[in-house]
Amino acid sequence: MMMKNTMKSLCKVNPGTVIEGKWHQNRYRIIKEIGFGANGVVYLAQTGTKDVALKMSDNSMSVTSEVNVLKAFAKVQGSTLGPSLVDVDDWEHRGGKVSFYVMEYIKGPDFLTFIQQKGKTWVTVLVLQLLNDLAVLHDKGWVFGDLKPENLIVMGPPPRIRCIDVGGTTLQGRAIKEFTEFYDRGYWGLGSRKAEPSYDLFAVAMIIINTEYPKRFNKNSGGISELKGYIKQSKLLLEFEDIIMSALQGKYQSAREMRLAIIDKMSTPSKPSVGSRQKSTSGTVRSNHTSKKRKVHSSHYRISGWIETILIVSIISFLYMIYIFGQVY
Amino acid sequence: MNPGTLKQILLITDGCSNQGDDPVAMAALAKEQGISVNVIGVMEQDVIDENGMREIEEISMAGGGISQVVYAQALSQTVQMVTKKAMTQTLQGVVNKELQQILGGTKTVEDLPPEKRGEVMEVVDELGETVQLEVLILVDTSASMKHKLPTVKEALLDLSLSLNARSGDNRFSVFVFPGKKKDVEKLLDWTPQLESLTSIFPKLTTGGITPTGPAIREALSHFKKKRSLRSLLSRDDEEYYEESM
Repeated sequence: MMMKNTMKSLCKVNPGTVIEGKWHQNRYRIIKEIGFGANGVVYLAQTGTKDVALKMSDNSMSVTSEVNVLKAFAKVQGSTLGPSLVDVDDWEHRGGKVSFYVMEYIKGPDFLTFIQQKGKTWVTVLVLQLLNDLAVLHDKGWVFGDLKPENLIVMGPPPRIRCIDVGGTTLQGRAIKEFTEFYDRGYWGLGSRKAEPSYDLFAVAMIIINTEYPKRFNKNSGGISELKGYIKQSKLLLEFEDIIMSALQGKYQSAREMRLAIIDKMSTPSKPSVGSRQKSTSGTVRSNHTSKKRKVHSSHYRISGWIETILIVSIISFLYMIYIFGQVY
Repeated sequence: MNPGTLKQILLITDGCSNQGDDPVAMAALAKEQGISVNVIGVMEQDVIDENGMREIEEISMAGGGISQVVYAQALSQTVQMVTKKAMTQTLQGVVNKELQQILGGTKTVEDLPPEKRGEVMEVVDELGETVQLEVLILVDTSASMKHKLPTVKEALLDLSLSLNARSGDNRFSVFVFPGKKKDVEKLLDWTPQLESLTSIFPKLTTGGITPTGPAIREALSHFKKKRSLRSLLSRDDEEYYEESM
């Protein structure tokens, strides 16, 4: 068996072709090709008057694998990251059999194109949306794996980030199924390829870096110092340096933690922030100690609250001790 | 279900063999012994000639494995992908055979309705994560490979990174051909880590002939050696022999 051109020829169909499923007899009219990858070809198709995306592959197991993930996504309530699944079937033609699945058609520019059109202001918004979705996905025991700008589509309006390729989505604790080198921490020598939330967060950090280097860059020596060099050269990246560096080094345990750090940064008026309206509340007296910033945020109620609590606790324990002494003697 | 240990030979070359046994026959021999042979052809600016291309395809077909011809820059991505795909392919074969025993006849996963395939795929995924894997890597060190060797080293380190993220055990062994004195030379005996390649690889000398066939033959006997050694330790070691899929 070879991974050569056999797939291309079996999965190449002309616009206008009608695909009829062997098992469910649903019919789909092919409009045009919209994507092509290692595991198959994706077409825009119509069923009735509805637009759908139809992915074909001669490898029925890779179709099955992706369908499994989409089904798992459907169970993740509140997450709209991936496309919803419409149908799975086989199509018999030209004496061969092609497996396909049909999903919601997610229409819009990809992440980098959107940023190019609408401006860098949107980077933070989209990253916050993405982190929110990742948090839900991680909670359910999955890791997205192959996060990259090409796989991120911005629907709208209102702009909403969505993901179109779930081929890399892996159960936590297993080896990442699919990845792209530039966004892979293993490639940069900064971690394993085990599926854990911090793997996705590394990719998110690389996507942020990617917005300032749309053509990406090649690895020389790898390691954190090389990536730091690229951050230092960009004003936008420098502003988020501590957050990007923490994500690259796997210091965030969860997507929520990284999300809070970004929100926190946006509400700190010390530097001119990119695009966000600055809140002039409690942020002014915050220390520059970056690693503690998140904690400062979560313990919003200041030191006076702590003193109060400690005082109450010690008084109660004192009274209790007196009571105990009274019981004993 | 226990598929035992998966055995693979990974051949990295940039052209046609020109000495000794027919590599296609040797690959077929490997397949008979339950060892699949995957081949990666490395191009740089130069294109591999038609004979080389054909041989690469024929070896992998006879060896029940996968072949891919790539530019040197894409080697890391390809090496780990081909190895993983070949694993999945073999495991699908195992699962298919199991299914045939249950369902009878020549039914395979593909004959099941799509809804049922999902569960089978989960089994394959699970096996791919936990199965023990042995990969014997054969690196062509003929003269034209000289400037590609640093890339090959990177790709092999990357492979061990990918596979060691699994929970199953891995064992790697590396041979080069031609060797300094012999047609084939052992560079690294069975080991779970490939890091030591970093120090060995730069010292490699290249040149001379391309004895691909003898290299595969040597690789086969190396699998055997390990097996007999292990039987001495009387570990129960289930072998999986892949029959024609």
